[in-house]
Amino acid sequence: MAAGPYVDPHPPASVVERIKERFPDDVLEAAAFRGELTIVVPKERIAAIALFLRDDPQSAFGMLIDLTGVHFLERDYDFEVVYHLYSLEKNHRLRLKVRLREKETVPSVTPVWPGANWQEREAFDLVGVRFAGHPDLRRIIMPEDYTQHPLRKDFDVEGGPTALDAPGGPASPGFRDMERI
Amino acid sequence: MDGASTPPPPLATEVPQGEDALHGERMVINMGPSHPSTHGVLRLVLTLDGEVVKAVQPHLGYLHRGMEKIAESMTYHQFIPYTDRLDYLAPLSNNVAYVLAIEKLMGITVPPRARVIRVMCCEIARISAHLLWLGTGALDLGAATVFFHTFRERETLYNIIESLTGTRLTTSYTRVGGLMSDLPAGWTGQVRSFVDAFPKALDELDALLTENRIWMKRTQGIGRIGAAQAIGLGLTGPNLRGSGVAYDVRKTEPYGGYEDYDFEVPIGSEGDAYDRYLVRLAEMRQSTRILDQALRKLPEGPINIDDPKVILPRKDRVLTKMEELIEQFMIVTEGFKPPAGEVYHAIEAPKGELGFYIRSEGGKSPYRLKIRSPSFINLQAIETMAVGGLLSDLIAVVASLDPVMGEVDR
Repeated sequence: MAAGPYVDPHPPASVVERIKERFPDDVLEAAAFRGELTIVVPKERIAAIALFLRDDPQSAFGMLIDLTGVHFLERDYDFEVVYHLYSLEKNHRLRLKVRLREKETVPSVTPVWPGANWQEREAFDLVGVRFAGHPDLRRIIMPEDYTQHPLRKDFDVEGGPTALDAPGGPASPGFRDMERI
Repeated sequence: MDGASTPPPPLATEVPQGEDALHGERMVINMGPSHPSTHGVLRLVLTLDGEVVKAVQPHLGYLHRGMEKIAESMTYHQFIPYTDRLDYLAPLSNNVAYVLAIEKLMGITVPPRARVIRVMCCEIARISAHLLWLGTGALDLGAATVFFHTFRERETLYNIIESLTGTRLTTSYTRVGGLMSDLPAGWTGQVRSFVDAFPKALDELDALLTENRIWMKRTQGIGRIGAAQAIGLGLTGPNLRGSGVAYDVRKTEPYGGYEDYDFEVPIGSEGDAYDRYLVRLAEMRQSTRILDQALRKLPEGPINIDDPKVILPRKDRVLTKMEELIEQFMIVTEGFKPPAGEVYHAIEAPKGELGFYIRSEGGKSPYRLKIRSPSFINLQAIETMAVGGLLSDLIAVVASLDPVMGEVDR
């Protein structure tokens, strides 16, 4: 059967070496699972490392495929922010992670990949991670006056009282922003 | 006074000169969430200067059902029907994407017959999604005839999907480790006659639009986005390929046996709505080619892996044998428990890269499931594409971006 002109994807082990070279103290953990590489870096360094990974010709991670947050209970960190990077030139992927506590913020990567804008807004809206330096950190999925972050593990799925249920609340909170403009 | 020594103030900027004199007051207009050409519940708050769009502010979330949260309290199998409701124009493709991610987590490879059937599912979904996009997109721009042509073809596909899965829309056809059921008798014949007849129907659509002057005027140069910008925003699928970037997950990281098929990745050059139209039209031809090859190579054999911990046993054995009864009970009540770990698996869905990031802590449900939906990220480009254009071109931009709100809001 004729095979397509495809390139075999390979885990970019060399990329991890390059990051270690450039940022010797910043690779906190590196793991491989099912052919995927994950590295954990300190949150203060994420913007610099992201910029390096994008512009370094050996790494060339021009695309931020996905950005999300994961909430944890009873660990020495509360959130993990997970970045999935892809390189069109090299055809490889990398998962980058940072960890932070409840009250902390993580630098935004919107200057590096403009597409991070909505993704960081979503991570803020649903998980509750706050991004420092984001141009427009508003809720994106939930109504703007919603007070909770539904993908947190301590979210009450049975439906506890929310601000939206308050008597006399607006019938259609989503349209209130029209009045402001 | 020393008035003579101070120069007179420059002419006030409030008096507009030249072209600006024609510009009036800015107007804020709400479009959606119920608007026929937003294809769902997309709401746009537009700032207009006359007919020119000065700013677009999309508001999402009107179809938010909290799928990622729901997944956290379900077994892996129970979530399959929810994937139908992501991109509800291509449910078969979503089913495949989801189970492939879990199979990657568990290290499962399904038998060859199931792989080929899954490829066929994906391509049928792609053609049917592109047909709907073409019909409604053309309708938005005033070409009503195309709609009837595409829906006639789509009806054939939906009949094929119905005889395969029992339903037309909410297919839930794949299972972790295989498929819901084997192909029904006569199904390959149905697909074969579609594959034989469809290129002619595509030629008709091609003839209706590609050289149509009105269509060209409405789409050429509209909603333009350059390759670098598109990559920066993370666009995928036909929206990225329209800008000349040949990124297709089927080629770059073949899954489910796509490396064994001979097909091309059509790309555009201008990155405008017309190129995105050409790319999708060409993709339908390529999908037909893949379907044709899949029909030729469809092997005999099992469709499920042989693992009683994952796959439900046959019903007649459940009713007569003790072991199978226990196995069925365990799968139905507890599900299976993949190892702890995290995976991301992406497929080339009709709208672009559809990925599932699954974080497992070793339990029966995912600790966190993130759906990387192509429409959500593609929709971000609306600002780049629409600002500076006319309001009527915004309709062409939304149509050419092809967002599905089920997938945007999840």
